Amino acid sequence: MTKEPVAVVGIGQTKHTAARRDVSLAGLVREAAVRALEDAQLTWADIDAVVIGKAPDFFEGVMMPELYLADALGAVGKPMLRVHTAGSVGGSTALVASGLVAARVHRTVLTLAFEKQSESNAMWGLSLPIPFQQPLLAGAGGFFAPHVRAYMRRTGAPSGIGALVAYKDRRNALRNPYAHLHEHDLTLEKVRSSPMLWDPIRYSETCPSSDGACAMVLTDRAGADRAPYPPAWMHGGAMRSEPTLFAGKDCVSPRAGRDCAADVYRQAGITDPRREIDAVEMYVPFSWYEPMWLENLGFADEGEGWKLTESGVTEIDGDLPVNPSGGVLSTNPIGASGMLRFAEAALQVRGRAGEHQVDGARKALGHAYGGGSQFFSMWVVADTPPAD
Amino acid sequence: MTPAPSPEVLQAPLVVEFPFTRSLGPVQSAFLTGLRTRTVLGVRTTDGRVLMPPVEYDPVTADELSDLVEVAPTGTVTTWAWNPAPRRGQPLDTPFAWVLVRLDGADTALLHALDASGPDAVRTGMRVRIRWAGERVGAITDIACFEPYDGAEGGEAVPHSGEFTDPVTGIVAPARLDYTYAPGRAQSRYLKALADHTTRGERCPSCRKVYVPPRGACPTCGVATDEQVEVGPRGTVTTFCIVNIKARNLDIEVPYVYAHIALDGAGLALHGRVGGIPYDQVRMGLRVEPVWSEGSRYPDHYRPTGEPDADYDTYKELL
Amino acid sequence: MREVAIVAFGQSDHRRESAEVSEVEMLMPVLHEVLDAVGLRADEIDFTCSGSCDYLAGRAFSFTMALDGVGAWPPISESHVEMDGAWALYEAWTRLLAGEAETALVYSYGKSSPGDLREVLTRQLDPYYVAPLWPDSVSLAALQAQALLDAEDAEDAEDTVVDERALAAVAARSRIAAEDNPHAQVTGSPPPEALLEDPYLVRPLRRHDCPPVGDGAAAVVLAAGDTARRLCRRPAWIRGMDHRMEAHSLGVRDLTRSPSTRLAAERAGAFEAPADLAELHAPFTSQELILRRELGLGEGVRVNPSGGALAANPMMAAGLIRLGEAAAAIHRGAADRALAHATSGPCLQQNLVAVLEGDVL
Repeated sequence: MTKEPVAVVGIGQTKHTAARRDVSLAGLVREAAVRALEDAQLTWADIDAVVIGKAPDFFEGVMMPELYLADALGAVGKPMLRVHTAGSVGGSTALVASGLVAARVHRTVLTLAFEKQSESNAMWGLSLPIPFQQPLLAGAGGFFAPHVRAYMRRTGAPSGIGALVAYKDRRNALRNPYAHLHEHDLTLEKVRSSPMLWDPIRYSETCPSSDGACAMVLTDRAGADRAPYPPAWMHGGAMRSEPTLFAGKDCVSPRAGRDCAADVYRQAGITDPRREIDAVEMYVPFSWYEPMWLENLGFADEGEGWKLTESGVTEIDGDLPVNPSGGVLSTNPIGASGMLRFAEAALQVRGRAGEHQVDGARKALGHAYGGGSQFFSMWVVADTPPAD
Repeated sequence: MTPAPSPEVLQAPLVVEFPFTRSLGPVQSAFLTGLRTRTVLGVRTTDGRVLMPPVEYDPVTADELSDLVEVAPTGTVTTWAWNPAPRRGQPLDTPFAWVLVRLDGADTALLHALDASGPDAVRTGMRVRIRWAGERVGAITDIACFEPYDGAEGGEAVPHSGEFTDPVTGIVAPARLDYTYAPGRAQSRYLKALADHTTRGERCPSCRKVYVPPRGACPTCGVATDEQVEVGPRGTVTTFCIVNIKARNLDIEVPYVYAHIALDGAGLALHGRVGGIPYDQVRMGLRVEPVWSEGSRYPDHYRPTGEPDADYDTYKELL
Repeated sequence: MREVAIVAFGQSDHRRESAEVSEVEMLMPVLHEVLDAVGLRADEIDFTCSGSCDYLAGRAFSFTMALDGVGAWPPISESHVEMDGAWALYEAWTRLLAGEAETALVYSYGKSSPGDLREVLTRQLDPYYVAPLWPDSVSLAALQAQALLDAEDAEDAEDTVVDERALAAVAARSRIAAEDNPHAQVTGSPPPEALLEDPYLVRPLRRHDCPPVGDGAAAVVLAAGDTARRLCRRPAWIRGMDHRMEAHSLGVRDLTRSPSTRLAAERAGAFEAPADLAELHAPFTSQELILRRELGLGEGVRVNPSGGALAANPMMAAGLIRLGEAAAAIHRGAADRALAHATSGPCLQQNLVAVLEGDVL
């Protein structure tokens, strides 16, 4: 049996910000969902099922919040699934939703991911005390900084590469009205001289903590035919997981990421991602992860990723634009960050990315990762339906 | 090879506590602000039902709701449950009934407590009214509880603007949960060995790699590790970062070096602090050994041994 | 629709507490049991999906540590739901339906013993109007039970009266049935009349009306078509499966009914032919009566021969166990067509129904 092709016909997101004090949790997710429905010109009655994702429930202090959010998302009387795969969850959630359409279980599915980090504190949520364990760190930056150092040692990358990424993504964010950070006065020099938090990671090379939500409407071929705007077609989707820590783990370029990329390219018939993919939305919470993932995702040979960044290839007008939306470095409602990558990739191939549109983008990659660089989810979307 | 001893079961209290700050949105803001002034609001749906408490979205139609109405502080019990042993955080600290109450003028019911003399004094269909809290702040607890009431029935719901001076836009919801944490068999063995200042990893019977700290399973083979292997005490810094940001609840002076340290004989690096050397002189490949402090379960930090640095090729597979 | 079956099921012994083992140490033997049953290694499984909840034991990302028990190397195609494992099974089922996998491993686990479960579950409730009152899970179920007792048409599918004795009868029948279930946490029961002499826990519920609190894990293997036939002598074919949500607030629902269960059952095809066995995830006695009515189960259907959630209710696993128990009955020829049900949320807010069948031997 062949799978039903899956199309993205509606995309909505909130204006991401440090604290959305004007809305409840329900109001936040609702805003993104309504925008996705409007984009698809559909109503709640057109939605067959809802798939929602977010990172740990402790962030908002609501256990399995989808139970409470069901009413706001029109899910009463419908199937509702809740996904949690750590930082990759936004991507995984979209893939679970796409699976329902591909399997012809449902025709039109609303998928949504969110985080309202201002309800608590990200440092607290990520660093709950654990008895018998030695507290050494708080937050994610210190966890990932040693891996960045390992990357620099392994590749000989000059120390200024990370700043280039941060400066690029923050400038891209100025073109994205929904991005959290709009740092109009930022200069490369300011990035380079920002405080060193977890050496080698500087303040301006880290992601913010945001309140935000992202929603998409996924549908089948018939649904796509009725869509008012061009759909994005899913050409491949894959998830891969490996253990958190293990003997032989490559923390710089985890095999789960490489395998996941290989799977998604195979599905999409892509043999040379560097040439065939027009735009990439990758999950870069700390600037150095751009060159690291460029290698992990097969856009550059091992040790060469930083050269793409350095030469401007990943700029919005380069020949492999990475994070034209501004990326996670500019917007990070953790549970939604992965779905934002998937949605922004879809916006690009739909030609609906507004000022951060990459000219002529026809095929784009959305990428998310989470946990200890162990959970990966990716999709490739294009402006035309997949073959057969 | 040392057979694993039967572990003592380690346990310790784990408190998960945070005062969550919840923004309310317009409908919930109006309702909770209303309670502060003893005004009880519901919301009218597009098909004319009155939902109380007022919700932002219609559970039947998914419509966004904003048509606020005022309902009576009196109502009827639709179901109840007698709670003989009130628990932490509940509205009353003497035995009470949980009730769903449909207030006069409303079509749906509110969950709250009913102060009654005993279960025989409670029945479905009984009439009750709100007992207001003495001090009201704009929260569901501004309703102290319900109490029996034999007065007149309230009327129909009447329109209300929902506007109040100085509206409540957020609540702080403290939440504390108490757990007893138990790290399990393998971690308990590891922790017990640490008390003697020895670090014991566990070897996977399948791939033969040594896990430090052991986590109960070899994560690549999915089988229990069971053979204890002493590792270290010396090791190699494989990578690190310099922490310049002081974390709350963490009593370590900055800057300090947080390092991945592969103890000799271990299949992967563990995490520790490096001291006894200026932070800006720490490097990949540095050879270190643990420094124990009195009464501490873990080495306080690792310090340089003075050996020559390890060659990159000897630890690059551990990065 | 592609043929997909449950081909293996395993579960831990369910216990009040399990401090001597971590979650992964509790789970891993169950994973080995189901993989051994079908003779597959972890790297021969096409898709893995799990269900668990951080709030139970108070550890964020607890599922990342449980993954250690799987042996996820080389990297695996894997996902996780913050739900009962029944929904993890649902997700895996859709992967097989889409032809993306031939086999799937589904597991779930929950340790309720580290926390005070009645208190922990209050964190599931509306965070603005309800959670600040800390209404515990037994009290909410008691509100539902009282509504059922009060209902003017308080009778079940067989037109018998629903009273406290009827609740006690559910408890006694379930726990006596559990005497044949080596994994059960609570087994055996005095007759219903004797149970009624006990004091109320939260009136109208007595202790026997409530599930035991405990720790446990479960796993199943799914397979498609001929692969299923190769791995299992009598696969439990999933003829249909559906799940539905209800409104969250108890005050807007008719607590005596479960329209989501009925709708899910309809969509799953449950009413197309009579079942001979049903495994219902009814943690409270009153909920079994509600579910029986919605599912139209008469006396001819064996309900919860495993003892159900009243005999063992490991959170996040108890729903998956209903699917597993129903499948296991088909595997061993003790049933030909079985219904399995799982629930989540306060007072049956969300419900899943699956229809399982065995081939005629």
